This record gives sequence, structure tokens and C-alpha cells, in this order.
Amino acid sequence: MFRDLYLTFKEFLRTFGAMQLFFLRLLSNSPSIFVKRFNLVVQQVYNAGALSLVIIMVCGLFVGGVLGLQGHANLSKFNAEDSVGTFAAFSLIKELGPVITALLFAGRAGTALASEIGLMKATDQLSAMEMMAINPLRRVLVPRFLGGVIAMPLLVAVFTVIGLFGAHLVGVTLLGVDAGAFWQQMQSTLEMGDIYEGIVKSIVFGIVASLYAVWEGYNAVPTAEGVGRATTRTVVLTAIAVLILDFMITAVSI
Amino acid sequence: MQQTRSVELGTGLFVLLGLAALFFLTTQTTGSDTFSGKDSFKVSARFENVGSLKDRAPVAMAGVTIGRVVSVRFDPEQLNAEVIFEIDSQYKQIPDDSDASILTAGLLGSQYIGLQAGGSEEYLQEGSEILFTQSAIVIENLIGKYLFKQGADSSEEEEEEEE
Repeated sequence: MFRDLYLTFKEFLRTFGAMQLFFLRLLSNSPSIFVKRFNLVVQQVYNAGALSLVIIMVCGLFVGGVLGLQGHANLSKFNAEDSVGTFAAFSLIKELGPVITALLFAGRAGTALASEIGLMKATDQLSAMEMMAINPLRRVLVPRFLGGVIAMPLLVAVFTVIGLFGAHLVGVTLLGVDAGAFWQQMQSTLEMGDIYEGIVKSIVFGIVASLYAVWEGYNAVPTAEGVGRATTRTVVLTAIAVLILDFMITAVSI
Repeated sequence: MQQTRSVELGTGLFVLLGLAALFFLTTQTTGSDTFSGKDSFKVSARFENVGSLKDRAPVAMAGVTIGRVVSVRFDPEQLNAEVIFEIDSQYKQIPDDSDASILTAGLLGSQYIGLQAGGSEEYLQEGSEILFTQSAIVIENLIGKYLFKQGADSSEEEEEEEE
């Protein structure tokens, strides 16, 4: 039994280490690909970002709306309905924006990346590239990784702003909070540091979500079942990593 | 060709939208106020107790923000707190015998420095020090005093009754 435990631990360490090395290889290849093969990166920003816009915007609107409803319901007990804007902005900018976007991103773009790369591997397209002396890491993986990293902060910003308008829609238009108080209280309470925190989170989550998607796809067992499993693992691992990192970044920045 | 064009168009739109959202977040949701901190002069003041005054807290005169706190530090020689703040240089004519007090925005709000105009002909400028200051009101101390007074009153009453 101890031997099993030892082997499992060793295997975990090995995978963990391999992933760090893989990340370093991606990073070291990123600048040259970004400059030389910019069109590939643009294509992936489109796949990961522009195609995720609809789900991000719809979810953002409703998350903001719920914050408006809940905030109003609870704050009105203290006659503090005017703080709905502050409440919604704080939750959206610091926590919900980055976290929910990262989870949606893993579900929408991460799975697409992992299954695409996994299928390329299963149908020997990656080996074919190697035969033609094309490095699949540079040609396939790095542009997808970069696309995700670039798209994520922008998606978070879109989500947050749409969420604020959702909160405005519910709080001001539906429940009758004064529009001036809504924005004024928000502006006087929020500081630049809060927004930086959100931006830092979105960048970190972008790197993590893209890295996991690319890694899982690249290391998928090249069978139909393996690709399916890689897709699932992408979502699960990204969700766990994002929530743990969220806690850590928040703990550091307070 | 047609397809790459539409991809580029979509990407362009997406990035533009994202940047617009970022711009909105950084400019519209935080209080950039009226004070940018570009042209300003520094003034210092000493307080017995600064309460929970923090860096970047507003400095207001007649309720209008005219500056920000730059640093709050403890002076080990004079055993009080030295607060340095900057005031927008368009407000050149603040009398140098104005007094500074640490006030609280609302009952539980954050603290800020309020300036009350004095009557001097000399004006505040870079490096000048405000001599008349009033410390922050610490609510715990007030409550403590109030309770102590209550206790003293009731024990006096008891003594009177005994007599």
C-alpha cells in the first residue's frame, strides 16, 4: 500500500514538473511566434475570445442583475439601497468577473482547445508535422496558448462592464435606486488598486486556463476516450486551480 | 481570403470591445475626482492622533476635495504623527493660519482632512506647515468617556442617597 502511495506521489510530482517545463517551453517560444506568426495568434484570439463573447455577455448581464436584486433586497433592510452600485462593482471587479469568466472560458474555449489538439494528436496530425520538420509546439500550441492569454483579460473586462450595466438595469431602472447615487457611491468607494487586483487575476487566470487546455490536449491519450477524458480534465483542473489561485491572490492583496 | 478577412474583423471588434471595457473600468468606476495630483504643492501638519487616516485620503476645504494625503508617519522625536499632503496648485490663496482637522465622512465612513480657512494675509505654499490641528475623534474613546461619566454619575447618586 505504501508503495502504491509512493508511486502515486512520484507520478504526481513527475506530471507537475513536466507541466512546469512545458510552460517554460511555451513561454520561451512565445515572443518569436508573436512577432513572426502574428496571423496565427490573431486566428486563436478570434477562436478563444470573439467566439466566447456571446456567452460572456449574456452571463455577465444576468450575474450583474442578480447582484442588483440581492444587493437591493439585503441593503434595503439598512436603508442603504444606494450602495447597490458599490456592492455590485466590488463583487464584479474583484471576484465574480475574473472567476466566472475563467470558468466560462474553460467551458467554452478550454474544452475546444483541448479536444482540437487531442484530436490532432489522435489523427497523427502532430506527428505528420514533425515529419515535415515543423515543430508542433511552435505551430499549434504556442498560438493557441497566446490567443487564450490575450483574450482572457479582455473577456473579463467585457463581463465586468456588462455586469455593471446589468446591476444598473435592475437596481436603477427596475427597483428605483437613484442613478446618481448608484454611480457616485461606486466611484468614491472603489480605488484603482481594486481594479488592478481584478486585472492581475484575469491575467493569471488566462495563463492558467490556456496552459491547462493546451497541456491536456497535448498529453491526451490518442483515442476517442482519451480525448474525451482530456476535455473533462481541462474543465475540472482549471476550475480547481482558478478557485485556489483566487483565494491566494485575494489573501495576498488584502 | 474571405474567411480570414472575417476572422480579422471579428478579432478586431473583440479586442476593441475589450479595450473599451477596460477603459470604462479604469476611468468610470473609480473616483478620479477633480484632483489629478499633477500640479501641486506639499504641506505638512502634525496631529496628536490620526485615527485611521490613510495615504491618498482626500483633503477637503468647504467639502470640496482640493488635495490628497501623501504620507502619514510617526515622528519618534516629537512623539506625534506627521501628515504630509499635497494641494492642487490652483488653490494658491489658502491662509497659512488655516486649521486642519481629521474628520470622518458619514458615521462609519473613511477619514479625511478638512481645512478651515484662517484670516492671515500669508498663504500656504510648498513646504509650509499647518500649526493649528485637531486630532481624529476616536469613537472608542468617546464611548469610554461616556460610560465612565455615567458610572461616576450613578455612584454619586448612590452616595447621596446613602447620606
